[in-house]
Amino acid sequence: MPAIEVSGLKKAYGSLQAVDSISFTIDKGEVFSLLGPNGAGKTTTIEILEGLRERDAGDVKVLGMDPWKQGGELHKKIGVIPQGFTFLPYITPKEAVNYYANLFDVKVDADQILRTVLLEDSKSSYFMKLSGGQKQKMGLALSLVNRPDFVFLDEPTTGLDPQARRAVWDVIRNLKKEGISVMLTTHYLEEAEELADRVAIMNKGKIITAGSPAQIIAEYGSGEKIRVRGDEDLAEFLRTQTGLQVAFVDGVVVVTLKAKGDTLAVLQAIGKSGMEWSDLTIRNDSLEDVFVRLIGSKLDEGQTAGAS
Amino acid sequence: MGAAKRIKADLVNFAHSYSRSRIGLFFGLAFPVILILLFGAIFSGSGSASTVYVQNLDNGPVGSLFVQTLNGTGVLHIDLVPSSQNFSQYLLSNSASDGLVIPSNFSAAYQADDHVNVTEYWNPSSSTSEGIYIVTTGVLNAFNLQKANGTAVLGVQTQTIKSSSYTYIDFLIPGMIGFAILVSPMFAITNISAQYKRDKIFKQLSLTPLTKTDWLIAKIGFYIVLTFASFLLMSAFGIFAFGAHITFTPWIIPFLLIGPFLFVSLGMLVGTVSTSVESAAVVGNLITFPMMFLSGTFFPVSTMPAYLQNVAHVLPLFYVIEGLNNVMIYGNNGAALQDLAVLIVISLVIFALAVRFFKWRED
Ligand SMILES: Nc1ncnc2c1ncn2[C@@H]1O[C@H](COP(=O)(O)OP(=O)(O)OP(=O)(O)O)[C@@H](O)[C@H]1O
Ligand SMILES: [Mg+2]
Repeated sequence: MPAIEVSGLKKAYGSLQAVDSISFTIDKGEVFSLLGPNGAGKTTTIEILEGLRERDAGDVKVLGMDPWKQGGELHKKIGVIPQGFTFLPYITPKEAVNYYANLFDVKVDADQILRTVLLEDSKSSYFMKLSGGQKQKMGLALSLVNRPDFVFLDEPTTGLDPQARRAVWDVIRNLKKEGISVMLTTHYLEEAEELADRVAIMNKGKIITAGSPAQIIAEYGSGEKIRVRGDEDLAEFLRTQTGLQVAFVDGVVVVTLKAKGDTLAVLQAIGKSGMEWSDLTIRNDSLEDVFVRLIGSKLDEGQTAGAS
Repeated sequence: MGAAKRIKADLVNFAHSYSRSRIGLFFGLAFPVILILLFGAIFSGSGSASTVYVQNLDNGPVGSLFVQTLNGTGVLHIDLVPSSQNFSQYLLSNSASDGLVIPSNFSAAYQADDHVNVTEYWNPSSSTSEGIYIVTTGVLNAFNLQKANGTAVLGVQTQTIKSSSYTYIDFLIPGMIGFAILVSPMFAITNISAQYKRDKIFKQLSLTPLTKTDWLIAKIGFYIVLTFASFLLMSAFGIFAFGAHITFTPWIIPFLLIGPFLFVSLGMLVGTVSTSVESAAVVGNLITFPMMFLSGTFFPVSTMPAYLQNVAHVLPLFYVIEGLNNVMIYGNNGAALQDLAVLIVISLVIFALAVRFFKWRED
């Protein structure tokens, strides 16, 4: 039985169809990432799964339960960081963890949990004095207090410095190791590529595509390319020598590869040309390249705080 | 059992939060004490003696006798103005409106049975002036009676309902306790619930086993403790600073319990139906301030016009204060029981409404 099963899920706010008949499943132990531009409907979807919002239509089962009707039971088994996590201003991370432990009636080592999320140094500062990233880490710590089977992380790394972001990645990898399923939203595509077993790309309330990052790149990417700095003559030479598609953009020659053997053929041709060349790279499209192509507009991280 | 543990955890957490926020502490504990000190200082000492400026221009002995008698009533504080001064100018330069001038022919006229007037300067809108007028005419009547060789047959002896040593502050204390019971939870909970809603903290808490009823009960529990603390503090300051007489009877306890129950629920209701922290504050003030002034906090409801008295009877604070007056001043526990019954009904209704409208999950 999958951890989450969603089919035909719909939610409208007035005339705005925020979630428009989406279906997907998440397996036990899987890290699943929901991607999409601002206002795509990610938070709405995730909050319906958490039992915070009522759906208009569709079947939803989370750990075998209806999240809206069996919220009380479900909440004992899931951990959540809401988007833009905030807490009581005058409570310290350590107190917050102990408060949650008492509410859930579980015994925890607060220091241990705070160490896992790299928040040990600030465990006695008031929440309002924590930096944005430290606040997010406290949210992460709270989501782990009840030893959940499933963790929902809505933009857990937004606003974190690179080191802190990697600390969160480590926490997510450890969750996966322990067999805990994770649903993650993020605007950092390399993060999804790094962590997620499967991703779904959402736009205007609909899921455009879903699958492993590699599958999606293979399906929608423009294939592997060799880029090399050189001049127009080099581009012409490679075109005639290899018969491949060659473009020349801003002093860079871009060769689109078709088959595995093409790589060697291109490299040999470059050597044979005797012309000046430098900065050679062989690279496939990243998830971000594909995402941008699919959504048709560049993601603007600066706006992530806007809609929620 | 689980609920009790959750409520306790939430109460402890809230107490931490509260004790660290200066605003909460100020309204909860310091403000009621300041109130007692302020009102105590205003109304302590010689009771409510009004100052009156007196210029005695009389050439004979009756004028000074009259001044002495006025002074002897104990109700007025006499400030003598030298006869060389221009009286009305003197009043103006002292920002005073109340004064008496005894004319130069006062003794002569009195002895000759001629009609003579004492002049009172007054401010028609001030109750102090009225009091001075009444006292002055009273003393003048005594002099008239004396002159006619009459004997007073009818008299009045004043006494307060409790021992004669009861002072104004003793009558103020139940009102001020009611004030503390109202203000501290109302302001705090209205604000907190609107803020938690804005910051999505309720949503966050809804993901734990804590229920909204647990949350509300924990806040009520906290404000009951705070109300007992502020009651004891106010009483202590009243007693030590002003020698107030406070009747400590177990009958006070139900009011210290039901008050916070009522106003925490009301604050929650206001906070939760408001769309923003600012509008919650406005609505909270719109409810709190009229209730504060119309429920007999600072002056008895019976002195208000009839239509305002009707308004007072629908305000829950009125029953808190009337009840406290009944148990602390009149010892009328039967009447207090009625107040209590009204309060219990209102509180349960408001509590139920607060729980009903309190949106814990979806906004
Ligand atoms: N409570 C609400 N009432 C009305 N409209 C809402 C509400 N919450 C979200 N919306 C709208 O629904 C749409 C989807 O919002 P949602 O928060 O699910 O997007 P998102 O994908 O999480 O975006 P972001 O990446 O910016 O967090 C947006 O157009 C938003 O304005
Ligand atoms: Mg979102």
